[in-house]
Amino acid sequence: MSLDTVKHAAGTPHDAQPWAELGLKEDEYERIRVILGRRPTGAELAMYSVMWSEHCSYKSSKVHLKQFGEKAPASDALLVGIGENAGVVDVGQGYAVTFKVESHNHPSYVEPYQGAATGIGGIVRDILAMGARPVAVMDPLRFGAADHPDTRRVLPGVVAGIGGYGNCLGLPNIGGEVVFDSCYQGNPLVNALCVGVMRHEDIHLAKASGTGNKVILYGARTGGDGIGGVSVLASETFSHPSPPTTPSGDATHHPLPGPAKRPAVQVGDPFQEKLLIECTLEVFAEDLVAGIQDLGGAGLSCATSELASAGSGGMRVDLDTVPLRDASLSPEEILMSESQERMCAVVRPENVDRFLEICAKWDVIATVIGEVTEGDRLEIFWHGEQIVDVPPRTVAHEGPVYRRPLARPAWQDALQADDAAALPRPAGPEELREQVLRLTASPNQAAKTWITDQYDRYVLGNTVLAQPEDGGMIRIDEETNLGVAIATDGNGRYAKLDPYAGAQLALAESYRNVAATGARPLAVTDCLNFGSPEDPAVMWQFAEATRGLADACRTLGTPVTGGNVSLYNQTGESAIHPTPVVGVLGVIDDVSRRTPMAFRTEGQLIYLLGDTAGEFGGSAWSQVIHGHLGGLPPRVDLERERLLAEVLIAASRDGMIDAAHDLSDGGLIQAVTESCLKGGRGARLVVPEGLDAFTFLFSESAGRAVVAVPRGEEVRFTDMCRARSLPATRVGVVDGDAVEVQGQFTLPLAELREAHEHTLPALFA
Amino acid sequence: MTTRVGVVTFPGSLDDRDAARAVKLAGAEPVALWHGDKDLHQVDAVILPGGFSYGDYLRCGAIARFSPVMETIIAGARAGLPVLGICNGFQMLCESHLLPGALTRNDHLHFICRDQRLRVENAGTAWTADYAEGQEITVPLKNGEGGYVADEGTLDELEAEGRVVFRYLERNPNGSRRDIAGICNPAGNVVGLMPHPEHAVEALTGPTTDGLPFFTSVLKKLVSA
Repeated sequence: MSLDTVKHAAGTPHDAQPWAELGLKEDEYERIRVILGRRPTGAELAMYSVMWSEHCSYKSSKVHLKQFGEKAPASDALLVGIGENAGVVDVGQGYAVTFKVESHNHPSYVEPYQGAATGIGGIVRDILAMGARPVAVMDPLRFGAADHPDTRRVLPGVVAGIGGYGNCLGLPNIGGEVVFDSCYQGNPLVNALCVGVMRHEDIHLAKASGTGNKVILYGARTGGDGIGGVSVLASETFSHPSPPTTPSGDATHHPLPGPAKRPAVQVGDPFQEKLLIECTLEVFAEDLVAGIQDLGGAGLSCATSELASAGSGGMRVDLDTVPLRDASLSPEEILMSESQERMCAVVRPENVDRFLEICAKWDVIATVIGEVTEGDRLEIFWHGEQIVDVPPRTVAHEGPVYRRPLARPAWQDALQADDAAALPRPAGPEELREQVLRLTASPNQAAKTWITDQYDRYVLGNTVLAQPEDGGMIRIDEETNLGVAIATDGNGRYAKLDPYAGAQLALAESYRNVAATGARPLAVTDCLNFGSPEDPAVMWQFAEATRGLADACRTLGTPVTGGNVSLYNQTGESAIHPTPVVGVLGVIDDVSRRTPMAFRTEGQLIYLLGDTAGEFGGSAWSQVIHGHLGGLPPRVDLERERLLAEVLIAASRDGMIDAAHDLSDGGLIQAVTESCLKGGRGARLVVPEGLDAFTFLFSESAGRAVVAVPRGEEVRFTDMCRARSLPATRVGVVDGDAVEVQGQFTLPLAELREAHEHTLPALFA
Repeated sequence: MTTRVGVVTFPGSLDDRDAARAVKLAGAEPVALWHGDKDLHQVDAVILPGGFSYGDYLRCGAIARFSPVMETIIAGARAGLPVLGICNGFQMLCESHLLPGALTRNDHLHFICRDQRLRVENAGTAWTADYAEGQEITVPLKNGEGGYVADEGTLDELEAEGRVVFRYLERNPNGSRRDIAGICNPAGNVVGLMPHPEHAVEALTGPTTDGLPFFTSVLKKLVSA
């Protein structure tokens, strides 16, 4: 077969091309022809197809994501905003922190172990590419029903993949979420967050500038794995008739766990990535890098076009120089491969030798594959012939943009009218007690230790808080004790009832969780997991959620610094619940002042902060006891969230509280149970005046937390709450070896522990 | 003169920084050693840290054992140099035949990370002198291949010679024979264990500070030597 060179393409305008099989729309293909003034070569078509995929181009979401910039609150803390590999936040003392959450949803369904493992690998390289040393990871995970047979296939593989990769990289896993809901059956959500630390002066950006500078590809050899991972293709479909095509998304519209899709999943080697990290940090330390980009989705197509697009010149690449695992790969496959553990650096000629020397020290393969050129073209050669000649911006940054139709679903009103307040409530103390046990044993509320014990939380020696704490906390300076806290949260049930409020509640919870540890929330990253953008109802959910999140970020003063959109999480007509997952980063000046969640000291007073109303729409109680989803989610009051956070931070700093735990799904009784079990202490609770026991225990009103106050601090603490007008109600005392709700029931800790900790091992061990 | 304790970095070492921190907190000077460099730079003792050296390919510790630095360490250990192998380091010591037996895949087949209770069975080694015999301590444990195995004769010999240095308490986390968590060579200068004392040296980041005596023990031994 002859090579499809630029010259050949110009002379054969009528040759049929597999644009549809590559996931492109007819008008998109036509647009490529207009941009180039001819038909694209096969290699060019490959590049455009992956870069214009939903995953890379954000073509359906872009018009909505704009709001994160337009509505961004003024923040002195933001050093690098949306658009780079990850945002960068100033945390003081000359340190900058970068963090980001991404999805690896579809690959993790097709091949759970590798999908989840390479999800970690990808986000870690994004953080590394900013110039930072990665210091921790977190994993927000969502699976189908806990007792569904396919969940038994997916969950253990995902957990082993996250552990297998993250543990071997030496990054502590400090938190995340595990949620079960049958809406994720067939569309599990495997999101991964990484946080990294650097000095301000070490920030690196993805751009190629300086004519004559060399382009160095380093890391693993390029193989045939993950070809078309970001679009729809498995490797064989490039030259053979393809299966029914679908527009591209996170992976595929109708994911098939069968072997047909496996080649589109990348295979990870964490050892290689560990070497890549150390090697990259060493070349940064010697200031040898002018620009850098990791290779993730869309592989070399992405790295070369984004580097060239963001820089001032053009770029010329000799594809023959790319080290291969399989010599038979075609140029198109090399450009589309998503082989892991690769990075691309732009290096001044005088630094090339030293760069290669450091790579050799770490046994990392490094090859000069091209250089920055004058002009504004990205040119790629194969066997000396030109196969790509494109304006890089048209590939990387000027892809199609769609304003897709959106429509509030017809069922939304009926769903909201189906109020959970009308559900039958427990008839008396006996039934209340039984429901508390059922809730704490339900898969969503049960202990996640069986999962998190498969992750190393100690490595690097700076983990101050880790799961099941409200937020993970990492010390970043051993002398000054400066640290950061991170939490991720999302509640698809709330978002289904009201996507605008649901996104705000996700932010509010994450913000609250960070504040509960004693850290001051600074910035946000988000992973927006939704169904198909071609469904106007889903698009409405997406538009509402992004609007809600952007508005709430403005109110709370926490800008979105970056993140990821995952669409097409849908099987047939049934989409997942809209699931915006929000990560909040906070800073704490002295990590030794952090507030853990455990009730550890007998006699301390338990205070409930915030207001409790009868809010059960989307609640854990309505799900576990009644299998119900309807009504409205808890009311959002962002000013109250901010006030609560201020009180939690001040109380932590001034030593007024010894424990704090945020109230969210499952309500007060769930939070108290967790704090008691963690500390090995019981609690005696009194139902406050004006509330019935059921509402007190199970309501999910937002803007609340429980704290344990040493008796000597009570006056100071309540004075502070009064001065700031935050409702603080004394609801009990840390005492004994049972959770007792006076006048209602007593549950021995041993019985609670058995219920809480038995569920996951029984399902998955 | 400060005591110098070397910490070796292999490709894939992960807890090397933590080991160096623990050495420093104990009052000694940590010295970074490189797998490709035979020179031990006049260190008084050596720690082989945890991690996944060479990706744990072939077998855990099997490739690291052939590193240039190991040649010098093995010779030194035979001549009395105090050597501590933690987790992956323990695996290397077994692969190097400085210690008998081997570490196999955890019996439950999962990686496990948790705070582990141990009993110090031998407080006479270079690395355990600051403990009391029979003392119970809690330090983190994190491994996928930590099941200690050896033939019955070897196990009996270890027991008889008091060379079982640590035993798991409460729950055996990985199927180790006779609950063995750590052992030493006959001279007591070479100690290997699966749990991670270097992660229990600060109240802020560890479950306890029970790991610190490892590092002060070797310091005292060297100062008094």
